Amino acid sequence: MSNFINFRKGNFNLNMKLKLPFLIFYFLVLSSLEIHSQNCSYNFSGTVMDLHDESPLSNAVISIEGLDQNILSDENGFFEFVGLCQENYKITISHLKCKSKSLSINLNGNLEKVIKLEHHINELNEVIVLGDSNKRSKTIYENKISKEIIDDNFNSNLGDILKNVSGISSINSGNSIVKPIINGLYGSRVDILNNEVNIQDQQWGIEHAPSIDINSAGNIYVIKGAGALQYSGSAIGGIVIAEPSKTFLIDSLYGKTLIYGGSNGEGGSIVSKLTRTYESGWFSTLQGTLKRFGDFNAPDYIMSNTGFIDKSASFQIGLNRFNYGFEFFLSSINNEIGILQASHLHTAGDQIRAINSDSILYVDDFTYKINAPKQKVTHNLIKSKVYKRFQGFGKATLQYHFQNNKRLEFDIRRGINKNTASTDLRLKTHTLIIDFDSSFSDKFYFKFGIKGEFQNNFPNPETGVKRIIPDYDKYDFGSYVISNIKLNKNWLLEGGIRFDYSKIDALKYYRKSFWESRNYNKIYQDIVVKELSNQVLTNPKRNFNNFSATIGLSKKVNIFNSVLLNYSIGSRAPNPSELFSEGLHHSSARIELGDLSFSSEKSHKVGLTLSHTKNNIRITFNPYINSIVDFIFINPIEIQQTVRGSFQVWEYMQTNARIWGIDSDISYDFIEKFTLKNQISFLRGIDTSNDIPLINMPPLNLKNEILYKNSKFHNLILSIQSDYIFKQNEFPNNNFEVFVPTTGKMELVDVSSSPEAYHLLNFRSTIELSTENKSKIKIGLSINNLLDKSYKNYLNRMRNYSHDLGRNIMININVNY
Amino acid sequence: MKKLYTYAVVALLLFSSCSKDDPIAVNEEEVITTMIVTLVPSDASTNVTLKTQDLDGDGPNAPVVTVSGDLKASLTYSGSVKFLNETETPAEDITLEVEEEADDHQLFYTVGSGLTMGVASTNNDSNGNPLGTKFDVKSLSASSGKLTFTLRHKPKKPNTGLADAGGDTDIEATFDIVIE
Repeated sequence: MSNFINFRKGNFNLNMKLKLPFLIFYFLVLSSLEIHSQNCSYNFSGTVMDLHDESPLSNAVISIEGLDQNILSDENGFFEFVGLCQENYKITISHLKCKSKSLSINLNGNLEKVIKLEHHINELNEVIVLGDSNKRSKTIYENKISKEIIDDNFNSNLGDILKNVSGISSINSGNSIVKPIINGLYGSRVDILNNEVNIQDQQWGIEHAPSIDINSAGNIYVIKGAGALQYSGSAIGGIVIAEPSKTFLIDSLYGKTLIYGGSNGEGGSIVSKLTRTYESGWFSTLQGTLKRFGDFNAPDYIMSNTGFIDKSASFQIGLNRFNYGFEFFLSSINNEIGILQASHLHTAGDQIRAINSDSILYVDDFTYKINAPKQKVTHNLIKSKVYKRFQGFGKATLQYHFQNNKRLEFDIRRGINKNTASTDLRLKTHTLIIDFDSSFSDKFYFKFGIKGEFQNNFPNPETGVKRIIPDYDKYDFGSYVISNIKLNKNWLLEGGIRFDYSKIDALKYYRKSFWESRNYNKIYQDIVVKELSNQVLTNPKRNFNNFSATIGLSKKVNIFNSVLLNYSIGSRAPNPSELFSEGLHHSSARIELGDLSFSSEKSHKVGLTLSHTKNNIRITFNPYINSIVDFIFINPIEIQQTVRGSFQVWEYMQTNARIWGIDSDISYDFIEKFTLKNQISFLRGIDTSNDIPLINMPPLNLKNEILYKNSKFHNLILSIQSDYIFKQNEFPNNNFEVFVPTTGKMELVDVSSSPEAYHLLNFRSTIELSTENKSKIKIGLSINNLLDKSYKNYLNRMRNYSHDLGRNIMININVNY
Repeated sequence: MKKLYTYAVVALLLFSSCSKDDPIAVNEEEVITTMIVTLVPSDASTNVTLKTQDLDGDGPNAPVVTVSGDLKASLTYSGSVKFLNETETPAEDITLEVEEEADDHQLFYTVGSGLTMGVASTNNDSNGNPLGTKFDVKSLSASSGKLTFTLRHKPKKPNTGLADAGGDTDIEATFDIVIE
């Protein structure tokens, strides 16, 4: 344990040094005063906090030696003793999962103190920078989704749970494939890290959901912008970081089991997690999740073939010592997701039928069976990590990650291919990361690191379908330095730079007609490997050198107000689908064309965060502007005739874009036990080269919630949430006309128009019960879309084919033991 | 420990980057490049062939549509259709697959305005619902207009026509027809 005492000393040396002479002085002065008077009307109050992340610790026992007074800290970590005398007291603060702490106070008036306890060790990042919280960026506001929110919504997927954060929405393909949008950007522009491993299989298309089980995470953080350079320089939208739960430095065995049942989809899920910890620092965690749902329903009909099965498990073992440690993490995710049958369309004529229909084109009886079209996604991940701390100097960390992704997409097919997947992608990624965190100065901190990555993609030709993403090898090398300097008590300056080199070496078959129509046969003559009768095998190689940087200021105006200002430059190399796509994308009934000549896109984002926290009111206000040079987007260019009918052709292009917006969060405890929450996310996205709106930009969203919480009665929580989504009036007009034989006329295919505004009400309630053997049971009843409102979501790719989800009554039981 | 890691990773990198063969070309088996409609007149005069052919499938080239000749007025033609995948050699006859899965398919005919003719299916699936790969065309008076063939996959059966058939479109081909 001595390590940890050192640890505290090391980090708070400065404070101690400063305070010691004062304390001695006070001791002397006060002890002399004591003789003369005995005033017993003083209050001693304070807040107990977690030393690592400054989160409040409730139920800490604060006792004063000699007095028979024990007080528990409340949910905000607050405690108060009244009627104390002008005296020297010895205080002991203890908490269930912490080392007790003692301190002496001399009262000569009311005293307020912040007490930080060594609550646990955060196995991810034990370095406590400047005694401050270990945030990844100190000048970009970091949103947090706590363990409590995850446990209350454990049946959600990542995309849905992230919507609790202002400025985050999602782009969906139905209700189970949900990708987060951060300040208007998604896909390859948003990095998702699961226990420090950058998830690789989610970038290419809207219909690729991130492979992550939120239940393997303890907390989830969101950084809106490219400022977290230690992870990536290409996440120009932002980064989502899922961290495993912190383990405690005590001999303990604990776990939880969460059970969910939902009326919509008539399914349920079960999550179980068991953790063993030792005071010596050893720990291990085993977690499993099982979900099964049948067809979901919109208010008026069943959305046939939308069920899914989700099986995932993770295992973690490690040793957490102050000076050294290691971690080994395994995670496996297996999903089978049905794709709305009614969305399986082929031609533009089919699209017209779907769009012009008030209902859905295909409805069948409810079933748990998942038919084609469907996806089967497997994601296996291995992470190993070792670290060593050099006293008074810093900490070095070495990590190796391996990810193996397999994605099968089954289409409705004919003949012998009926049960063969039409997409079969196998993506393997090896990553090696070395990081160094400094700790030799309290005022100046820096971190640097290097990353090497090798990725191989193998699209299985046995599908008998032309491959959209080709065979490729990709090599990445990145290095970064980030630093922050505490200018004085209130000012902090942060800066960082990162350089990434990336090389992609592909083997791709092009259709000869396309190869020639693009003039590639002249421009890229030298990359042809061989020519077949109607195809050309090519070996495109591209190198990208990307530079990214961040600079920011943090200012504590006073104890209530703070200001963060950050400017970040991010660069993202085009992804394989942007470079190589060529052909019919079955799931979107359109032909998509990439471009071999793309350069990296570069983003310049300035974000300002104003926060105010005072007693019962908390406000965060975050305006931003993101200017993107060579922004890659997909745009319709023409209609193409084939024997199968007419298709719209969409081509990836580069332009300049600007996205600006404001995220705002207000939480106000207006009377005792009642909290009012308000969240506003507003943004505008413009293609500045052509002066037209960007596609798929989230419309204005207004969330309000009234929450009642009674901590005296089983922690009862009752809440009503209102979610108002405005109509998106700013969208590019990508409509087109085709000849429809049944009417004998040219007809408009309205793929662009946004659906009407809608207002959803959600209800949530939880109650906690304690049993005799110390386990805690929490029971929740929630109803989403309380009024069973029929609506369409602009950011759901299925909006032209079906309405969104109807009412869902959910029960969950969480048992902690 | 660190060295071991480095070696392991370097070895993996070398291993995975050395073995590189050309990927196998995919010949799309389900692509329908060609549809040929043959109309055999009951008076034993010349057959009329309607053909649409798009050899690059979803590629940029448009289909080549040909009509071998005009139809005679007031005559019954016995029609049949062939769907081919000509990206393969020899060309694969997809009509066989469609006829095998007759319950899941139906070929519809749409006679455009101006054109005076009637088209009716003459073959059925196992449930007695029309399949449509064999049909009769009855030409009426001299006229001209568009004739469209639509092959629907998984239509509602029975149905009252294209308008309520649903399903998704496998083929949609329009021909300019003249009846003289």
